[in-house]
Amino acid sequence: MTLIGWLQIGLLFLAVLAVVKPLGLYMASVFSGERTWLSPILAPVERGLYAVAGVDPKKEQGWLGYTFAMLAFSVAGFIALYAILRLQAYLPLNPQGFGNVAPDLAFNTAVSFVTNTNWQNYGGETTMSHFSQMAGLTVQNFLSAATGMALAMALTRAFARSQAATIGNFWVDMTRATLYVLLPLAFIVALAFVAMGLPQTLSAGVTAQTLDGAQQVIALGPVASQEAIKQLGTNGGGFFNVNAAHPFENPSAFSNYLNIFAMLSVSAALVFTFGQMVGNRRQGWTLLATMATLLVAGVAVVYWAEAGGNPILTALGIDGAQGNMEGKEVRFGQAMTALYAAVTTGLSDGGVNGMHGSFTGLGGLVPMFLIQLGEVLPGGVGSGLYGMLVFALLSVFVAGLMVGRTPEFLGKKIESREMKYAMLAVLILPLAILGFTAISAVLPVAVASVGTAGPHGLSEILYAFSSAAGNNGSAFGGLSGNTPWYNTTLGIAMLLGRFAYAVPVMAIAGSLAKKVRSPASSGTFPTDGPLFVGLLIAIILILGGLQFFPALALGPIVEHFAMLAGQTY
Amino acid sequence: MSQHRPAKPKLFDPAILGPAAKNAFVKLDPRQLLRNPVIFVTEVVAAMVTLLFVRDLIADPAGAAFSGQIAAWLWFTVLFATFAEAVAEGRGRAQADSLKRTRSNLSARRVGANGAEEEVPATMLKVGDVVVVEAGELIPGDGEVVEGVASVNESAVTGESAPVIREAGGDRSAVTGGTQVLSDRLRIRITTPPGASFVDRMIALIEGAERQKTPNEIALSILLSGLTLVFLIVVATVWGLAGYSGTLVSVTVLAALLVTLIPTTIGGLLSAIGIAGMDRLVRFNVIATSGRAVEAAGDVDTLLLDKTGTITFGNRMATDFIPAPGVTPRQLAEAALLASLSDETPEGRSIAALATGEFGLSVPKTPVDATVPFTAQTRLSGVDMGAHRLRKGAVDAILKFAGVQQNQTPVEFSQAVDQIARAGGTPLGVADGNRLLGVIHLKDVVKPGIKERFAALRAMGIRTVMVTGDNPVTAAAIASEAGVDDFLAQATPEDKLAYIRKEQQGGRLIAMCGDGTNDAPALAQADVGVAMQTGTQAAREAANMVDLDSSPTKLIEIVEIGKQLLMTRGSLTTFSIANDVAKYFAIIPALFVATYPALGGLNIMGLASPQSAILSAVIFNALIIIALIPLALKGVAYRPAGAAALLRRNLFIYGLGGLLLPFAGIKVIDMAVSSLHLV
Repeated sequence: MTLIGWLQIGLLFLAVLAVVKPLGLYMASVFSGERTWLSPILAPVERGLYAVAGVDPKKEQGWLGYTFAMLAFSVAGFIALYAILRLQAYLPLNPQGFGNVAPDLAFNTAVSFVTNTNWQNYGGETTMSHFSQMAGLTVQNFLSAATGMALAMALTRAFARSQAATIGNFWVDMTRATLYVLLPLAFIVALAFVAMGLPQTLSAGVTAQTLDGAQQVIALGPVASQEAIKQLGTNGGGFFNVNAAHPFENPSAFSNYLNIFAMLSVSAALVFTFGQMVGNRRQGWTLLATMATLLVAGVAVVYWAEAGGNPILTALGIDGAQGNMEGKEVRFGQAMTALYAAVTTGLSDGGVNGMHGSFTGLGGLVPMFLIQLGEVLPGGVGSGLYGMLVFALLSVFVAGLMVGRTPEFLGKKIESREMKYAMLAVLILPLAILGFTAISAVLPVAVASVGTAGPHGLSEILYAFSSAAGNNGSAFGGLSGNTPWYNTTLGIAMLLGRFAYAVPVMAIAGSLAKKVRSPASSGTFPTDGPLFVGLLIAIILILGGLQFFPALALGPIVEHFAMLAGQTY
Repeated sequence: MSQHRPAKPKLFDPAILGPAAKNAFVKLDPRQLLRNPVIFVTEVVAAMVTLLFVRDLIADPAGAAFSGQIAAWLWFTVLFATFAEAVAEGRGRAQADSLKRTRSNLSARRVGANGAEEEVPATMLKVGDVVVVEAGELIPGDGEVVEGVASVNESAVTGESAPVIREAGGDRSAVTGGTQVLSDRLRIRITTPPGASFVDRMIALIEGAERQKTPNEIALSILLSGLTLVFLIVVATVWGLAGYSGTLVSVTVLAALLVTLIPTTIGGLLSAIGIAGMDRLVRFNVIATSGRAVEAAGDVDTLLLDKTGTITFGNRMATDFIPAPGVTPRQLAEAALLASLSDETPEGRSIAALATGEFGLSVPKTPVDATVPFTAQTRLSGVDMGAHRLRKGAVDAILKFAGVQQNQTPVEFSQAVDQIARAGGTPLGVADGNRLLGVIHLKDVVKPGIKERFAALRAMGIRTVMVTGDNPVTAAAIASEAGVDDFLAQATPEDKLAYIRKEQQGGRLIAMCGDGTNDAPALAQADVGVAMQTGTQAAREAANMVDLDSSPTKLIEIVEIGKQLLMTRGSLTTFSIANDVAKYFAIIPALFVATYPALGGLNIMGLASPQSAILSAVIFNALIIIALIPLALKGVAYRPAGAAALLRRNLFIYGLGGLLLPFAGIKVIDMAVSSLHLV
């Protein structure tokens, strides 16, 4: 670890911190339906969209209506994307002449992009036409992110309102999220990426003659535009197979910085928006501080583990001063790879600029663990916020009784109804991650896909299902996921992780909205301030993390101890 | 504090422990345990491991010692949990039995439609029946006096030996079944069917037979069941995960892992905590008709307190002498003392007490020529001694006696009078013949310590509202002296009801106490309504608690008991969950160290062997339930403080303690297990 490395990391967090408030305030006015400085241009467009779709923006929905709208919208998105992929060969903008995507891969990919996961069982530049990338994948990058934001805002309103029957209108929230937040930001970031040298073209690619006379096709395409929303919407699905490690997706240290900055800013700012909308900014900062503490700890462990290198290689006479450089791009180095790895998994982004599977035992453990914590640091846009709020409800309930009152969060009593739905949501991750991993670990057809011997193989499977259920999308590498088994099971894990989690959360929103918001007193459990940060961290680690301890012990933890013992597999 | 606070019951009374130990086995019935999912799962697992033990005995006698011990400790875990519940019930039952004894074999003299009396068992009485009870007889059921006045000994219910008066009409018409009429004869209309009187309901509540889970208990059970499911998934999948590396994990060990991870500690103690909370209330002579009310008491934001009896003593007392010009305070005190000798009212006695106390005066031996006793007509009292004609009394009466016109009174005198009236007090004048000596300040004296009590409540986030029939000026003065947050002056029952509704609209929970029939709507509207035992049947029916001591300050204690109940639950839940960390570190390395010796690095406690580590974790998990039974029954230490302070303290003790204690505990048990060569 170096001071420069830490300065780079610190500077990035400061930069994100600087935009949290202005962006958060802007989003608060967007989702409160207020006029913003973009309204003169966008309001007519917005009205036009509602008119075409026959949506009455004034008419709000109860939690059931909201949830059905969200589900219907996602199903429609899935069908559209599936159709595009399956019919790719007959659709325009296919200069490379790619064929139709196979049914299981099309299912997996469609689910992956609709659920904001962006797990990619394909190499983008060798599978997807420009049309599929732009009209299919990039569109879902916007819409799945907007869906997450809408859900988070519905839950936010449930806290903010007192004795309310409705929690907003899904169509309005989704439209405003896309139109006022994601599109303008993506536009700016895409231009910045173009300036940094990312390709933005509809041409097929360039064929080059290599030094030894072979022909090499250098893939090109509309990269910058997809890259911008890939990060802003915490999607993570890259244009190229190796994602942000590819020089055209992430050419320089600057573009790397912008990548991380873009993926963190919207999710983090949304937490401020929450505080603003419930009328308690301190609450927003408290949640943000919790996320930041765990995230920085994650960055530190990865950085420390990777910069420390591999003692086995050092013993073989390889210079250990560079740390473990396997799977890392030299232009990013240890600090920026560690930062990217922790941020992309703490957020459910899933883009990578290095290969997590090549990290040391501990270095690989952290990204996996951050996903398993439930993608709340600060998580996917919207989904991270509502995931964190579920943890906050659990913390308030477990510890809140200790002050001798029925637990309350922001003046809303947390009772059996909320607990029931919160526990339903909490069950989803262990069920999807551990359940599928345990089956895949013994099923011959699944084990056959594993690329590495020893405990690392289990880590590959565990990471894959964690990534899918957590809607992260990053891969550990090594696992050949494009098989009917993994395409299907990972697809199911993604659906569970997204919708089986979101529906109970919406039920909580419906129940909370109906409750009276009671005023805080000195007898109320304090949910802002350092004490709550500590409590929340403990609950996230014990309830969210410890479930995966046995699985992690058999994967990355063994790898770590084995590495220390000089043992290889 | 209540003078009736009972002596603390012994925690481990053999008379309770014996039957409890037996009941612990009865409660092993799986149908009963289904109510408690965590312990039910533990029982299923224990049964499963017992089968494995039997299999081991036949197939692998060497391994049987281990599975046998695990099975035994799993059964102990279940037994300790059922024992905790049985002890709590036993303590409650001991309390209920004394109440019950008064109710058996009662017979009633029912008045038929034709006016004839017939002897029927009390259990045959229906609502609306009219019975006659005469001196020496027991009242057969809860009811209302429709005719007659009698003194009644209610000590069987209240523990208070002084008899109380019960009469038809008004606020003293309610009688309780099982109490004894000492004099005269009452005609009583029965208002509750047998088995449904509030004593019956209370017996049912503490005996546990009809105990229903309270809302918060249900929510907590959902959390615990959810966690149990999560850990079932975790443990079940270990099979497949370990299978990847070819490790075959023994079912016994997986069972041990499951039981140590699921929240058995709080699961085992949850019902005991609830029963103990109800029981604690009963020991304070408060009967709650539902567990829900006890919980709501912990949530109360606003207390409506009657001024008289709660905040003030209820009698006006002399607090100050203000002499007229040319009179020394001592002279005024002397005159006031002499003038009050013939006044036997509490006010008169308080003047004498102030004079003798403050100025060290004693009653002079000088012969008295004549005494003028206090009457409601003259509104003054006094003595004639030689040339002195000393009088004290209402200011206008004194002015009339002294022959002074209103406009001729000395400025200082009228100023003092005005000042006292403005402060909410009552001025009394003192005169010697036609000479005005000064003014006595009488006021409603706030009980000592009540201000601190309210400050403590405020720290807990509870607002206090004083309810009084006084005019706003008097009310404001007393309110500021007592330190209440708000007051309702010249309050009618409608005002109270409106105030409660308004507060509830704002999301606050209200507690109040009352005794009159006109309090009934407000009692019913309040989230916690405490009726006085001396109150009317209507009030008692509307309330969800009845205070047998009829002490209005009891409301404060009820709130504290409610809070303590919730705190105990929360603290033990936190403790239980925090315990899991250490158990992981004990069992996970033990599970896999055979396959991956490198995982020995996770054995940070340095436990002797995989088997002793697993056994120690299971033993710790069982013993901690027993160790925490006293805490569950007594409740965690409670002190009035703000939520932030309480949280910090309890989080430190039960959170951090729960995290660290098992590391030490499991290590110690492991040392014992390995030195005894148990595995």
